[in-house]
Amino acid sequence: MSLAILYDATLCIGCKQCEQACADRHKLPYDDAIAAEEVQSDHKLTVVQGRDDRFMRRLCMHCVEPTCASVCPVAALRKTPEGPVVYDEDRCMGCRYCMVACPFSVPRYEWTKLLPRVRKCDFCAGTTLAGGVQACAEICPTGATKSGERAALIAEARSRLAENPAQYVPHVYGLEEVGGTSVLMLSGVPFESFGYRTDMVKEPIPMLTYRVLSRIPDFVPLGGILLGGIWWITHRRDEVAAEEHAAPSGEGR
Amino acid sequence: MIAAAYATVVRFTRGLGASTHLSDRFPWGLWVGFDVLCGVMLAAGGFTLTAAVHIFNIERFKPIIRPTVLTAFLGYMLVVVALMFDLGRPWRVWHPLVMWNPHSVMFEVGWCVTLYTTVLALEFSPVVLERFHLTQALKVVRAISVPLVIAGVILSTLHQSSLGSLYLIVPEKLHAYWYSPLLPVFFFLSAIGIGLAMTIIESCLSARHFGKKLELPLMRELGRILTVVLLLYGMLKFLDLYHRGALDLVLHIGYETDLFLLELGLGLALPIALLLVPRVRDTEGGLYLASVFTVLGFIVNRLNVSITGMEASAGVSYVPKWTEVAVTAGIVAAGFAIFGLAVRYLPIFPRGVEELAARPAPRVRLVHVRD
Repeated sequence: MSLAILYDATLCIGCKQCEQACADRHKLPYDDAIAAEEVQSDHKLTVVQGRDDRFMRRLCMHCVEPTCASVCPVAALRKTPEGPVVYDEDRCMGCRYCMVACPFSVPRYEWTKLLPRVRKCDFCAGTTLAGGVQACAEICPTGATKSGERAALIAEARSRLAENPAQYVPHVYGLEEVGGTSVLMLSGVPFESFGYRTDMVKEPIPMLTYRVLSRIPDFVPLGGILLGGIWWITHRRDEVAAEEHAAPSGEGR
Repeated sequence: MIAAAYATVVRFTRGLGASTHLSDRFPWGLWVGFDVLCGVMLAAGGFTLTAAVHIFNIERFKPIIRPTVLTAFLGYMLVVVALMFDLGRPWRVWHPLVMWNPHSVMFEVGWCVTLYTTVLALEFSPVVLERFHLTQALKVVRAISVPLVIAGVILSTLHQSSLGSLYLIVPEKLHAYWYSPLLPVFFFLSAIGIGLAMTIIESCLSARHFGKKLELPLMRELGRILTVVLLLYGMLKFLDLYHRGALDLVLHIGYETDLFLLELGLGLALPIALLLVPRVRDTEGGLYLASVFTVLGFIVNRLNVSITGMEASAGVSYVPKWTEVAVTAGIVAAGFAIFGLAVRYLPIFPRGVEELAARPAPRVRLVHVRD
């Protein structure tokens, strides 16, 4: 069982109740000024963006094979089998490689704090891992954000596309991007118009570095033998030379 | 120095936000790009030269091995100091040693740098032990010197290339001039080149500063190897751009193109041109100049990979804050100061020529003691 969210931008009315619910769940401040901010930040883990009467949500995509979890040197970020990508602040040393590496540029940092943490949507892991529903999905009045099982939501997204092809761009965002994400999205306008990249690789990004890293266990012993061998040969030449030199003259250096 | 001290206070009392121009959109800046990437690169002389002397048995380079190892050791120590500034929670710098994630390049870099700094400390330790006549400890270090050197070369190969691998994870973010599947190869190859160039620069500078005579024939040889490494790097770079279809990018006007050409001009074109002219190559000034250009060019390269190449995708332009520059400058200055002190109080350089001329007898013993 793998948890996911299906966000259908055509159903979203931009009421921002998901933002409010998210702030409440994570004990973050929320007021009119914060509601007006249209970027994710350390105090705003999800954002509803508006262009005319169109809306789009932004939150952590909870990749099936998350780049952030793969690059984190201390495994502070990790993908749970149930779906959420969670963060353990007790492990984090603050290298911010997750922020550099995330293909969706999601993780945010507490730049103003002396004990900074990485902040991002955690799929309400505390609730969802106990069988509950994400705060944003729970509160959504129009069903634009819907919680469920990933395979079921993919089927639902496809059937919505098939039933109303005129209403949607023909793309389930998150189905294949970087190997798939646990956030699936449908939209009536091109995803690019809200800054989502649609030219992403379909292969999980962690493979790019793992292909290199996985060679290290072979490289170390082979390199050791090779270098040791070179050392042995080059020094043997000296020994031989010294012996030959010593034999006729009867004394070394 | 005062600026650096004040910047340090700002960093540790008011946090990264107040002391840097970093942001959510641009989380890595000068401290990663210069202090860490360039710091490790500039310390590459250590493994290049120990490999040449101890593994390939090129005895001629022995006189310059101590200053080079010292520079490498200092370099790594200062990289660790720089990390303390850049990490959000610096006192947890040891976390990767116990909290593993073998899928992370950063994890591997952390381990390699820790182990290699230890190796460098041991490689350098005979100098200190000699100074205080600790013969027992000296024997132990001598006994393990060969495996130590081999470990050092392997560790360096791994993390010098891994610093390039760090950026393999951002195919969508790093500009096409610099994003290449060959990043680890480029970083490793250029580290060797920089190792050679830095050795030449240091030898020239110390010769001037401490009144020692420069080992010109040695430097010429290093310069020749440097030429080959640079030619190899340049060819590989060209083929890489060609096969990725990125060559026509050069026709695009923009600061990325300018900085890319600056990198190639300084790091490859100028030094190769200088080194290929025998009249220039064989003089101290020519070698020195070519090495300085090489080093500058590859500093631009590392900054391009870490800063220039990432700006477009981040959608912001990053200019380091004065505090970032002050800390960086302070660290570099500290490096020079400690090097100067070490040279003064420890037997780093071989005895001066004039001394040897006056007392020819100890020379045999000197060679003997220094294995």
